Amino acid sequence: MSAGESFLFGKLTLDAVPFHEPIIMGAVGGMVLAGVTVFAVLTFLGRWKWLWTEWLTSVDHKRIGVMYIILALVMLLRGFADALMMRGQQAMASAGGAGYLPPEHFDQVFTAHGVIMIFFMAMPFVIGLMNIVMPLQIGARDVAFPYLNSLSFWLTVAGAMLVNISLAVGEFAHVGWLAYPPLSELAFSPGVGVDYYLWALQISGLGTLLSGVNLITTILKMRAPGMGLMKMPVFTWTTLCANMLIVAAFPILTVTLAMLGLDRYLGMHFFTHDGGGNPMMYVNLIWAWGHPEVYILVIPCFGIYSEVTATFSGKPLFGYTSMVYATVCITVLSFIVWLHHFFTMGSGADVNAFFGITTMIISIPTGVKIFNWLFTMYRGRVRLEVPVLWTIGFIITFAIGGMTGVLLAVPPADFVLHNSVFLIAHFHNAIIGGVVFGVMAGFNYWFPKATGIKLDPTLGKVSFWCWFVGFYVAFMPLYALGLMGMTRRLDHLNNPLWHAYLIVAAVGAVIIFVGILATLAQVALSILNHKKLRDLTGDPWNGRTLEWATSSPPPFYNFARVPHVHTIDAFWEMKQSGGVPTLQPQYQRIHMPRNTGTGFIIGITAIGLGFALTWHIWWLVIASFAVMVGMAILHSFNEDRDYFVPPGEVARLETEYFQQLPEKTDERSHLAA
Amino acid sequence: MNVHTSPLDGTLTGHVAGEEHGHESNIPLGFWIYLMSDCILFASIFAGFMVLRGNLAGGPSGAELFDLNYVAVETALLLVSSLTYGLGMIAMFKKNLGQVFFWLGLTFLLGLGFIGMEIHEFAKLVGEGAGPSRSAFLSGFFTLVGTHGLHVTSGLIWMAVMFAHLARRGLNAVNETRLLCLSLFWHFLDIIWIGVFSIVYLMGAA
Repeated sequence: MSAGESFLFGKLTLDAVPFHEPIIMGAVGGMVLAGVTVFAVLTFLGRWKWLWTEWLTSVDHKRIGVMYIILALVMLLRGFADALMMRGQQAMASAGGAGYLPPEHFDQVFTAHGVIMIFFMAMPFVIGLMNIVMPLQIGARDVAFPYLNSLSFWLTVAGAMLVNISLAVGEFAHVGWLAYPPLSELAFSPGVGVDYYLWALQISGLGTLLSGVNLITTILKMRAPGMGLMKMPVFTWTTLCANMLIVAAFPILTVTLAMLGLDRYLGMHFFTHDGGGNPMMYVNLIWAWGHPEVYILVIPCFGIYSEVTATFSGKPLFGYTSMVYATVCITVLSFIVWLHHFFTMGSGADVNAFFGITTMIISIPTGVKIFNWLFTMYRGRVRLEVPVLWTIGFIITFAIGGMTGVLLAVPPADFVLHNSVFLIAHFHNAIIGGVVFGVMAGFNYWFPKATGIKLDPTLGKVSFWCWFVGFYVAFMPLYALGLMGMTRRLDHLNNPLWHAYLIVAAVGAVIIFVGILATLAQVALSILNHKKLRDLTGDPWNGRTLEWATSSPPPFYNFARVPHVHTIDAFWEMKQSGGVPTLQPQYQRIHMPRNTGTGFIIGITAIGLGFALTWHIWWLVIASFAVMVGMAILHSFNEDRDYFVPPGEVARLETEYFQQLPEKTDERSHLAA
Repeated sequence: MNVHTSPLDGTLTGHVAGEEHGHESNIPLGFWIYLMSDCILFASIFAGFMVLRGNLAGGPSGAELFDLNYVAVETALLLVSSLTYGLGMIAMFKKNLGQVFFWLGLTFLLGLGFIGMEIHEFAKLVGEGAGPSRSAFLSGFFTLVGTHGLHVTSGLIWMAVMFAHLARRGLNAVNETRLLCLSLFWHFLDIIWIGVFSIVYLMGAA
C-alpha cells in the first residue's frame, strides 16, 4: 500500500466522481435513470424471479445469445455517443473555435469509443449470433459446455460494466484503444484510466477465450449425424474459423496486457523506456493479437452474408468449397500480416515488403468470396428483403474499404498515410461495411428465429439507408482529409480548409445515428405489432439450413428428433424430398443441462475484482477472487447438472407447434409456387 | 444407433442419432483446446523473455544469479511428479482407488516441493536486489517462471479438490474424466518447464 491509500478504499476517494463535469454527470445520470427504470419496471411487473430463473441463470445457448446481443446494442449506444461527441468536437474546434470538450476528456472519448465498439459492441454481437444460430445449424441441442457459456457471457458483461463504471468513478484511459506504451505506463498515465482498461479487457478476454473453446468443441463434437465438415453451413464454418482465431490470438492479448499491468503494478520493465524495456515489443505483441481480432469479427459476418445470399436468391451458394477454403486461407493469413500496422517502426525494407505482400495476398481469398456472392445472386430470384440490402451494401462498401486497405498495404504509401484520418476512414470502411452491416443483416435475418417475430421491414429499410448513406457522408471526407495531411486523434485544430469536411463528416454521423434509432424503433414496433408479424412457420424466409427446421423461437431442446443430414443445404433437401419434420406418435426423452447461477455470480464478482484492482483495494481483491475460485470449485461438487425431459412433455410441446402446421404448409406451398 | 460412415464424421462426431448425449465426452477435446491456448500464452511470454533477456540495465545476468544445481533438483522434483501422476493414471485404469490416492498424494508433495523451492529462489533473488523491477531481463524471468509457478499452484489446488471428489464418489466416469484432464495439465506443465529449464536456466547460465 503506497502513501495516500487507505486500507478500506485504496486510492478511491469522493474526488474520483467528476461532479464538476456536466457532460459526464449527464451521461451518468442517464445511465442511473435507465437502471432505475428497468429496476422499477421489473419490480412493478413482479418479474424478478422470472428474470433470474429464465435469463440470468440460463444455460440455453439461444437465451445467452439474445443477452449478448442486448449487451451489444446497449454498448452500441454508449460507443456511438462517443462517436457523435468526437465528430461534434472536431467540427466545432477546427476553425478557431475551442469546442466543448477539454483535451483530457476528448482523449478518453476516442479511447472509450474504440474499446467499446470492438470489445463490447462488435464482439458480443458476433458471439451472440454464433450462440443463437450455430448449434441450430448443426442440429445440436445445446453447446458443448453450457455452464461455461453462461460464465463466458457474464465475464463479458463484467468487462463492459467496468468500462461504464469508469465514466462515473475516476476516469477511463486516454491512451487510444490499444494503449501503446510508454504513454500507457505509470510514469505518463498515473491515473486509474489505464487500469480500468486493463482489467475490463482481461476479464472480458477470459470470457471470450472460454467461448472460443466451447464453440469449437461444439462444432467438432456435436454435429447432427451425416453432417461432415464439408456439409456444414458456411456460417458454421466461419464460426469455427473465428473461434480458432480466438483461441490462438486471445492468449497473446492476455499476456501483453498482463505485462503492461506488471509494469504498472509491480514496477517491472517490459515496455518502459528505462530499465531495458522495449515499448515496440508491446506494439508487436498487441497487433499479433489485434490483426487476427479484426478477422475474428469479420469472418463470421462473411458467413452471415453467405447464408443471406443463398437464401434470398433461392439458390445454393455458388462455390461452397472455394468459400470454405477462402475462409480457411484468410484465417491462416490473418496471423502473418500484423506488422502492416506499424510499417513506420523501422523494421527495414525487407520486413516491410514481406508484410506488405502478405497483406495484399489476403485480398485474393476475399475477392473469391465477393465473386461467390455475386455469382450466387446472378440469375437467382433475389428477394430484396432487409438482410439482402445490408448484404449488397456490404459488397459495395467492403470492396472500397478493401481497396484502400491494399493501398495502405504498400509500405511507401503507408509512410505517407500512417496515423492520418485516411487510416480512420479505411478501417471504419472495413468494419462498418464488413462487420456492422453483417451483424445487422444477421440481426434482421435471424430475429424471427430467435423471437418468433419478424422485424418490421419498413423501418429496417430506413435503418439500412441511413447507415449506408451516413457512412459515406461521414467517412469519405476523412479519406480526403487524410490525403490532405490531417492526423488522427486531434481534439483541436485550426485549419479553415478542413472545417467544411469535418462538418460534412459530423452530418454523416448524425445520419448514422438516425439509422441506429430506426433499428431501435424497428425492434420496439415489431414487438408491439407481434400479432401481425408473428412467424408461426419457423421458416419465414424459405431457408435452406437446419435452424429453419424447427419452430420460432425453437423449443429449449431445439429439435425433438435430431435431424439427419445428407447435403449442404440440409433443410432445403428435406423440403424437396418431403422429409420435413412432422408430428411423431412417439418421442424419446431428451437430455438437457440444468440452469445454474454460478456463471452469473462469478461474473458479477469479477466486476468487484476489476474495480478493486483498479483502485488498489487489496482486501476486496482477495475477497472477490476467493469468491470466484470458491464458486467454481463449489460448482464442481454440484452433481445435479442435467435432467431428462420426459417423452410426454416433448410430445405436448411438439403437438402444440404442429397444430399450427396447416398455415405452415400453406405458406410453404405458396413460396414454392 | 446411427454410426457415421464418412471418414471425417467417424473421428469427429460422437453424436448418437437417438437422444442422449452426455457432456462428458466433450470434455477431453475441450480441455485439449484450452491447453493449446495456454501453450500460446506461454509462447508469448517466452517470446517476450527472449527479446528482453539481454537487457540487463546494469543489473546481474543469469550467469551471476542462477544456481544450476538448485534448479536441477527443482526440475527433478517436477519431472518425477509427472512419472508419479502417470503411475496414478495406471492405478485409475486398474480401478484401484487406494493406489490412485497414493500416487496422487506423492505427486502433490513433489509439486509442493517444487513450488517451495521456487518461492525460496524468488525470495533469495529479491533479497539480493535482483527483483523483477531491477531490469527488463529480470521482469521477463520472474514473469515467465512465475506464470509457470502459478499454473503449478493451480494444479495443486485442483489436485486437492480432486482428493475431495475421489473421497466422495470414488472412480466414477466424471472423476475419471477429471483425472484425465488434470493429467494432461500436469504433463503439459512439465513440458513447459523443460522449455524454461533449457532456455532460461541452461542458456542463461552459459
